[in-house]
Amino acid sequence: MNAVSGAARFSHRFEGLRERLPGARLPWLTALRDGAAATFATLGFPTRRAEAWKYTDLAPIGDAGFDEPLTLLEGSVALPPAGAARAVFVDGRFRADLATLDGLAFSARSLAGALDEVEGPLGALAQPARDAMAALNTMLFEDGLLIDVQDGVDGGVLELLSVATASERPQAFHPRHLIRLGRGASLTIIETAMGTAGAAYLHNPVFEIGLEEDARLTHGRLQQESRAGFHLSTIYARVAGGAVYDNFTLNAGARLVRNEIHVALTGPKGACHMNGAQLIGDGQHADTATVLDHAAPDCASRQTYKTVLAGRARGVFQGRIHVHQAAQRTDGYQMNQALLLSEDAEMDSKPQLEIYADDVKCSHGATVGALDADQMFYLRARGIPEPAAKAMLVEAFLIEAVEQLPEGLLRERLTDAIAGWWQGQEAAA
Amino acid sequence: MLKIDNLSATVDGKAILNGISLEVPNGEIHAIMGPNGSGKSTLSYVLAGRDGYEVTGGSATFNGQDLLAMEPEGRAAAGLFLAFQYPVELPGVGNANFLRTALNSIRKNRGEPELDAMQFLKVARARMAALSMPEDMLKRGVNVGFSGGEKKRNEVLQMALLQPKLAILDETDSGLDIDALKIVADGVNAQRGENFSALVITHYQRLLDYIVPDRVHVLVKGRIVKSGGPEVALELEKDGYASVQEAA
Repeated sequence: MNAVSGAARFSHRFEGLRERLPGARLPWLTALRDGAAATFATLGFPTRRAEAWKYTDLAPIGDAGFDEPLTLLEGSVALPPAGAARAVFVDGRFRADLATLDGLAFSARSLAGALDEVEGPLGALAQPARDAMAALNTMLFEDGLLIDVQDGVDGGVLELLSVATASERPQAFHPRHLIRLGRGASLTIIETAMGTAGAAYLHNPVFEIGLEEDARLTHGRLQQESRAGFHLSTIYARVAGGAVYDNFTLNAGARLVRNEIHVALTGPKGACHMNGAQLIGDGQHADTATVLDHAAPDCASRQTYKTVLAGRARGVFQGRIHVHQAAQRTDGYQMNQALLLSEDAEMDSKPQLEIYADDVKCSHGATVGALDADQMFYLRARGIPEPAAKAMLVEAFLIEAVEQLPEGLLRERLTDAIAGWWQGQEAAA
Repeated sequence: MLKIDNLSATVDGKAILNGISLEVPNGEIHAIMGPNGSGKSTLSYVLAGRDGYEVTGGSATFNGQDLLAMEPEGRAAAGLFLAFQYPVELPGVGNANFLRTALNSIRKNRGEPELDAMQFLKVARARMAALSMPEDMLKRGVNVGFSGGEKKRNEVLQMALLQPKLAILDETDSGLDIDALKIVADGVNAQRGENFSALVITHYQRLLDYIVPDRVHVLVKGRIVKSGGPEVALELEKDGYASVQEAA
C-alpha cells in the first residue's frame, strides 16, 4: 500500500463518519469539513516530491491502516502527576473527568462542546485549502482544547496532556486546539504527548494560536509518544504587535515525528522564539520545520534547535524565514546543530532565508558533528566513566537550547525528559 | 609505583617511543626532559590511555597492575593523574559540576562516600584558595575563556582534589609566568609524601628549581639516553640538548 491509497483510506473514513462527527448539524462546519475532504482527496499525503517534505516520507502512515476511534474510552488511564491545572485528552478526546480546570483565571474547555462559538476562528489560520495536514485534521477532528484568555489576564500555567492507549486496531486522532490571548494577556502551556509503550497510533494535532497586542504565550511541548507512534503536529500562530510567541519543543518519542510551526509576526515589535531539542535513537525519524513570516517592522525572532542522534536515527531541520518588504529592522537569528552519536545516524538541515526588506539583521548557522574525542578523553582521564562522560557532553550540547527557558515547571519537565531519554539510550546500549 | 619496561609505541604508524625503561618508586618525583619531538607528550598520553597511540612492545605497570590494559577512567581510578599540556575546553559543562563528578567517580571507586554539592564546595574552596584561584572559576565552563595560567591552575586544582598516587605533569610550566609557576609548584609540592609520586615532563630546567626532582631522565628520539640526579637538569641547562642528541 502506498501513501496515496493510505490517504484514500482516511477519505473513506470521513465519508463513513461525516454525519456523526461533532458539529455535523452546523452548516458552516460541515461545509468546512467537506471542503477539507475535497482538498485532502486531491492532495493526499505530502510526498517527498514536495520541497517541504523532501526528507520525510509519510508512506508508513498510509501503510499502517489507522482508524479513528468511534467510542470514547472511559476506563481509568495511568497519568503522570500533574504540576499545574491540567486538561487531559485520551486518544484525542477531552476527558472532563480527568481535567482539573476549575478556578482558572481564563476559559479552557472542550472544543467539541463549544463548536457553535468558533465559526470564523476555526480554520482562519490553519487553512485546509493550502495544507494537506490541516485538511486531514479539519476533516476528521473530534475534539480539542478551546482556550481564551481575556485582555490583561495572566493565566499562569496550564498543562495539556495527550495520552494514547493501545488498541487492537491502530488508531488515529486529530485534535484541534484553538488558543486566543487578548491584549496584554499571558499564559504558559506545557503540552505533553505520550502513549502506552509499544502502541501504534497517529496523533495529528493542529493548533491555531492568535496573540493580540502585547500578549505572551510560552508554549512548551514535550513529545514523548510511544516508539511505535506517529506524531504529526502543525502549529499556526499569528502574533500581533508587541506580542511574544515562545515555543520550545522536545522531540524524544515516536517512530516518526514532524513538527511544523508557522508563525506570522504581523505587528511591530512582536517577537518569536522557536527553540527545541530532538533526541532520537535507533529507528526514529524526527523532522522540525519552521516557517516564520516577518511581516511587520521591528520584530525579533530567535531559533535554536539541537538534535542528538543515536543508532540509525534520522533527523531533519528545515527553517524558513521570510522577511517581507515592510519588515524593516527585522532582527532574525537561526541556529541548528546536530550531534551524531553513531555513524549510522543521519541529519539533514536546510535553512532558507528570503529577505525582501533592506534594513535587516538576519543570521543563521548549521553544524553537524560527533562527540569530540579530546573532550571525551579529558573527562575519562579524570575518572569519569565513558557513559557518564558522554552524558555530560550531550547535556552540554543541549544546554544552549534549554537555557532559553526560564526556571520553572517547564524547564524541570524538560530536564527530566532529557535525563529519561538518556537513561533509555543507556539501557538500549 | 610506576614501572615502565622497554615500552615502544607508534602514532599513525610512526615509531615515537623506542624502548623506554623507567621506574618511579613510591614517594619520588622524577623529571623527564627532552627536546621537542623526543616523545615526552606521547609517553604521557600512552600512560593515561589516550586513543590513537599504539603500544608495539614492552609494558607499563602501576602498583603491579597492567596499566596498558586499563581504560582511561580505570587508570584514573587506580590513582593515575595526567595534568594536560593543553587542558581541554568543555563549553556547557560547568567547572564545579565537572570537578564534583570527577571527584565522586574517584571516591566511589575507592569505596568512599560521594560528596554532595555543599560538601564539595567546602573542599573545593579551600583548595582553590591555596592556588589563588578566584571562586568564580567554579561557575564558568571548564577551561572556557581561561587564560593559559588559569588552565594550568585548574589542572593542579584537579590534582589536589583527586589526590592521585602518581601525577604526570606534561609541560605544566609552559605558558606560565614566574608567579603562576611558583603557585603551581607549591600545589605539587604540597602533595609530596610517601604515597605520592610524580613524573614531571618539561622542556626547561626552570620548573625543576621549584619542584626539585629525585631523578632526572633525558629522553631523546623515544629513548632514555641519560639518567641521574638533579644535576643532570643543570648540565642540560648549561650545555643544551645538542650533546645528548649527539650521543643518541
